[in-house]
Amino acid sequence: MSHVLEVRNVAKRFGGVTAVDDVSFCVDEGEILGIIGPNGSGKSTLFNCVLGQLRPTSGEVLVDGRSVTGMRPCDLNRLGVSRTFQLLQVFPQLSVRDNLILAAQEHQGTMLSRLFGRPDAGLTADAEQMISFFGMSHLAGEMAGGLSYGQQKLLDAAMAFMAGPRLVLLDEPAGGVNLTMLGHLKERLKTLNSERKATFVVIEHNMEFVMSLCTRVLVLAEGKILAEGKPAEVRSNPKVIEAYLGH
Amino acid sequence: MKTLLKYAQVALVVLAIAALLAAPLVLKPYGIFVLSQWAVMAIAAVGLNLTLGYAGQISLAQASFVGIGAYTVALLQPFGVPFALAFVAAGLLSFAIGWVLGYPALRVQHHYLAFVTLAFTTLVFLVMRNEEWLTGGIYGISNIKRPIILGWSTVKPVPFYYFALGMLALVTAIVWWLLRSPWGRAFTALRENPIRALSLGIDTRRYTLFAFAFGSALGGLSGAMHAPLVQFIEPTSFGLSLSLTLLLMVIVGGSGYFLGPFVGALVAVIMPEWLRFADGLYLIAYALLVLLLMTFCPSGILGLFGRLANLIETRAASARRQSLSAKLDQKPVSS
Amino acid sequence: MSAFLQLLISGLATGAIYAIVAVGFTLIWQTSQTINFAQGEFVMIPAFFVLAAMKLGGLPFWAACLVGLAVSVFVLGVMFKQAIVDPMLKHGVLPLVISTIALSLLLKESAKEFYSSQAQPFPSLVPSVDLNLFGAVISTQSLLVLGVAFVTVGGLNLLLNRTRFGRAMQATAQNRSVARILGVPVERMVLATFVINGLLVAIASILISPIYLVKFTNGETLGLAAFIAAIVGGFNQVRGAIVGGLVLGVVDNLSAAYISAQYRGAFPLFLLIAVILLKPEGLVGRREERTV
Repeated sequence: MSHVLEVRNVAKRFGGVTAVDDVSFCVDEGEILGIIGPNGSGKSTLFNCVLGQLRPTSGEVLVDGRSVTGMRPCDLNRLGVSRTFQLLQVFPQLSVRDNLILAAQEHQGTMLSRLFGRPDAGLTADAEQMISFFGMSHLAGEMAGGLSYGQQKLLDAAMAFMAGPRLVLLDEPAGGVNLTMLGHLKERLKTLNSERKATFVVIEHNMEFVMSLCTRVLVLAEGKILAEGKPAEVRSNPKVIEAYLGH
Repeated sequence: MKTLLKYAQVALVVLAIAALLAAPLVLKPYGIFVLSQWAVMAIAAVGLNLTLGYAGQISLAQASFVGIGAYTVALLQPFGVPFALAFVAAGLLSFAIGWVLGYPALRVQHHYLAFVTLAFTTLVFLVMRNEEWLTGGIYGISNIKRPIILGWSTVKPVPFYYFALGMLALVTAIVWWLLRSPWGRAFTALRENPIRALSLGIDTRRYTLFAFAFGSALGGLSGAMHAPLVQFIEPTSFGLSLSLTLLLMVIVGGSGYFLGPFVGALVAVIMPEWLRFADGLYLIAYALLVLLLMTFCPSGILGLFGRLANLIETRAASARRQSLSAKLDQKPVSS
Repeated sequence: MSAFLQLLISGLATGAIYAIVAVGFTLIWQTSQTINFAQGEFVMIPAFFVLAAMKLGGLPFWAACLVGLAVSVFVLGVMFKQAIVDPMLKHGVLPLVISTIALSLLLKESAKEFYSSQAQPFPSLVPSVDLNLFGAVISTQSLLVLGVAFVTVGGLNLLLNRTRFGRAMQATAQNRSVARILGVPVERMVLATFVINGLLVAIASILISPIYLVKFTNGETLGLAAFIAAIVGGFNQVRGAIVGGLVLGVVDNLSAAYISAQYRGAFPLFLLIAVILLKPEGLVGRREERTV
């Protein structure tokens, strides 16, 4: 059986700088893989290569055994790969409900059928369900721009799950979120993982969050994989400690 | 409070429609002509609002499409092509050319896109002026006949006015449908955050091209109505200044507001006529008014209304809070 | 060959005017994201100031020119910034674009209404004589335009690159917040670019008016030429505007003579579209890093 995500020897160079250097790893169904590493270790570049925002200099990315290297993000998304962003990326002039409908509408029918079909593309019920799952029922009709930072972060995460994705890549979901909200988010992610069989890759700085959420952790340093394993193993790996604490 | 404002808005729109329908009862033929002009220009402005206001792609090419539409109708007429057919042809041709013009928008944005479309307008103008065999050059095309629709002659000013209103209503309905469909949401996403939109499976390339093509098609339809309205067309009517005027309509009315272009077209077409009492100074007065308007409400006239509505709402909310806290204060006294 | 030389030199002279106008346009774009759709009218107006100073004030030509420069700096530089650009800047590019469009209409109609709708003769700085250079006929006017433009642009270049003031202005143009951190008085630098623009358009106005006469419609083609020159050369550099202006003047003149006079005006546009699509940073511009 093929892996949900397979990254084969991916490298990305900007001019003379090698941001990602020959990285390979796999993610299997139901896993939550955490990718950690100090600032500038190439996490975000790796993410962008996987997601088609950047074209890798060399190497290959496969989703369900199919090569998606260099595929446009919108096509990749329609194959079931969705993501959240490090910085807030909701649509402030749309309501919470419309943000969620938007996140799944392109998966319904064709452009033509959407033009003549229902305004909500038949997604209102799904959106309401997602809204209540993330505990935002009282905010459904509010403009996303009027929400608090934490609420927008939740909405951002909710949007990534609207289309029932096979693989979700979360870019620093915990950044700037307060503790209560963080626990709330973690519970939701765990439930989505166990109930909907969603597979995750998470980039995160917050070690506690990664260690308690992820089933496997990958440590990146200077564009290379430094260590890989169960959270507890990685935590006690001397190489990791050194990379984090510096020389 | 919100619903009350909504009702007020609906009431205003109904009132405006009633006034438009009743206008021929009070207005002289020239007034009717100006109002017809408003209706025709509003079609083009609605199109530009779709491209610019909703999808966020600036275009200074809209005048060219009005021109392309007008020349299509004028050139097909001598061959006995029925108006309805020529009208559709004008729309389709503009759609196709608009689609092609959208390609630069995939590469460049903002002021660069403004200048590519500006160059396009000037090039189309040069073709209209120089290809005399086709367009009649600087002499233009005269004696364009007004159509007879299913036995109903629109030759006289009043019937043509109603015809123009009808077409505007038709276009408005189509655009309203489009914006209400998932496409409208995708266009807004394209304007607000194309990168995030792309990551949600929204094919931003295709939506950009469609935004250009639809907006341009409406420009073409506007031109197809413009030709029989003025009955004489020549290249200078479709130059850069018309593109800038159309841009002005969209921004002054309120870019991205559904009713914005209607109000903007009112300002751009009718205001100069109202100011005519000032004689030679009327364009100066008009320019000053636009300057003032932009200084005091840069989000357009409808943007100003939006701000007012927000203000009323916050006032009402704080009044509610105050009366509530006043009641709380009174409680210990009364008990 | 002599015909070619003649066309080349008159093209360069026109291009030098475009360059002056485009440099001003680029400067205020850089410091305050203002796409000035009234730039052409800014060139049309100062000649009216000069004429008015001569007619109403009874001043001699040279003094009227100085008055024209001063009024232009004040009205088209300082007042334009304080009354129109500053209040609108925070609302984004488009409302400001509309304002400059309205301003161009205002200037054009005012010139027509308050002075005259007829073309007015304008005194020349040098007597108009045709010189013969290797068989090419070249007017003293062209040479004067080239000379003054050369001195103006050269002086500006010295100011921008060789003085502390100029470097501070460039820093402001490239990155306001960094400039502010470095202690550059950003506000004053922005004002300086508007003042320089006021000065440049007035110089251009005095140079072209003896050739084209003074007319309220003079700005229409010039404004467009300034945009094209600025983009073709490179929107983010003063050097670009100079190169763009000269290239544009020459291309315009040569294509009109050798390819098609009817489509004069089309070739600069083709050049514009090609540059935007293939090399958006302009012929001599630096590529700006795009942020994703």
